[in-house]
Amino acid sequence: MSDTVISDVMREVRMPDRTASGSTSAAEFAERYGLDRSGARPSILSYLGQLWTRRHFIRAFATAKTLSLYTTARLGQVWQVLTPLLNVAVYYLIFGVLFNTRRGTPNFIAFLVIGVFVFTYTQRAVLVGSKAISDNLGLIRALHFPRASLPLALTLVELQQLGISMGVLAVIVLATGESVTLNWLLVVPALALQTLFNVGFSLAVARFGARVTDVSQLLPFLFRTWLYLSGVFYEIKKFTTNAPDWVAFLMKVNPAAVYIEVVRDALLATHTAVPHAWLLATAWALLACVVGFVYFWQAEEKYGRG
Amino acid sequence: MAVAEPTQATPERIPTVVMDSLHIVYRVYGAGTGKGNAPTALHRILTRRTAPTIREIHAVRGVSLTAYRGEAIGIIGKNGSGKSTLLQAIAGLLPPEQGQVYTDGQPSLLGVNAVLMNQLTGERNVVLGCLAMGMSPDEVQAKYNEIVDFAGIGDFISLPMRTYSSGMAARLRFAIAAAKTHEVLLIDEALATGDVEFRRKSEQRIKELREAAGTVFLVSHGVDIIRHTCNRAIWLDAGLIKMDGDVNEVVDAYEAQYSTKAPAQAGVY
Repeated sequence: MSDTVISDVMREVRMPDRTASGSTSAAEFAERYGLDRSGARPSILSYLGQLWTRRHFIRAFATAKTLSLYTTARLGQVWQVLTPLLNVAVYYLIFGVLFNTRRGTPNFIAFLVIGVFVFTYTQRAVLVGSKAISDNLGLIRALHFPRASLPLALTLVELQQLGISMGVLAVIVLATGESVTLNWLLVVPALALQTLFNVGFSLAVARFGARVTDVSQLLPFLFRTWLYLSGVFYEIKKFTTNAPDWVAFLMKVNPAAVYIEVVRDALLATHTAVPHAWLLATAWALLACVVGFVYFWQAEEKYGRG
Repeated sequence: MAVAEPTQATPERIPTVVMDSLHIVYRVYGAGTGKGNAPTALHRILTRRTAPTIREIHAVRGVSLTAYRGEAIGIIGKNGSGKSTLLQAIAGLLPPEQGQVYTDGQPSLLGVNAVLMNQLTGERNVVLGCLAMGMSPDEVQAKYNEIVDFAGIGDFISLPMRTYSSGMAARLRFAIAAAKTHEVLLIDEALATGDVEFRRKSEQRIKELREAAGTVFLVSHGVDIIRHTCNRAIWLDAGLIKMDGDVNEVVDAYEAQYSTKAPAQAGVY
């Protein structure tokens, strides 16, 4: 390229060290002074270390995001509770009453509310994760920090939201005639596993969404399909009695159904989870976490570009 | 930073940024149509066809330079000559098409549209910005007053940043970024919207950062601020270095060219 003639001249003017020591390349010259390639991706272990040092940032970012979430709505934080409750009302009316999926399910309201709240947690975590990079380009371009902080912080926001939902959930479950048992403690590990799953899923979607911005337009459709398939407002076993085995199998190992099952198992005396639900919940959490993290880390140097 | 001691007799100049015939090509997505609706987007993803409206821009066409500690380098040139692209490349935000950039530590880029979080108050942005730069909560506490004083935006610090004027937002951003000692600080027109008092303060701060053995790159159309704060200047033209050297020489040559040609060029940019 003829353009480079000028820059070759400049290099001789500006790099006396190199012409003095012969034909040292820029890479060797840089290495001699301990310079790193700009924007290079750190190793996965040092990346984890960097994330750990930014734990305060992650927490502060999550708190800040929660505070700013509903600043433009007049009812403010009330919407955090109102939105899932309105969803429950719609599903109860359409599916429970009109399609009569409530028949034969003891304590259908509590059954439905748990399903909606647990599913909403994963849905929201992944939806905000898909926009974690594109919505924070200014921050990414201005400051340098491990980018995984953003999907992590946003999942933390959803976890805080879930805390509020769980309070409402407890009231509803008690009001529908359940009683507090030691089993309720199982909600904590169940939601912890679901959180791990959400973190991994949201990291993976964050990378995908950073490159293909159309993802955030498509996700709502995918999630609605997933919602209908996950036994949120019906019992899977009732609908798969005449279906082929593989359909029943897929519906039962589906992670959304698994996490809903384990929470129902913990809170509802009348409900018993499918076999191996806890095993599946753990496996999905670990799988999503590892795959999501590695997948996200592989593109670390590319976020914020373009 | 552990650097090998020099063997030459000449005073050692330690490089902080090295780049070797760097080419940057960037792609602009969706120049023209919007995102499209869900079915077309799905179709595009499934067929693995890239969006029809990608345009490639060859913004930097072979730039080689070495920057040393204690230098403040002003980058001048017409709009679209590749100044901001060059800074983004140094910051590691744009992948080089050819060539490579080596830097000491992680450069920080301070741009005019580097938004923190608009919905949040200035106070929270200060804390978040400092934590994101890797400070511990204790360090943030220690630096907080200094940053707020430096920004000098008064009571606005407790209001959301969306209520700030562009000048006030720029002051706060610069104050946050300058709170940390950077090996390489890149400033892209971020000081342009500040008032006279703030420019004087920021010029002073840039000098301090230089003296703390850092390197500062400053992109600005205000040649006076470059003369005041920089000791070296690079004139970029159409993605190439046209001139590189002492700040006064380069700025004089730049001004000489455009003071005579200015009327003829006016319609082009």
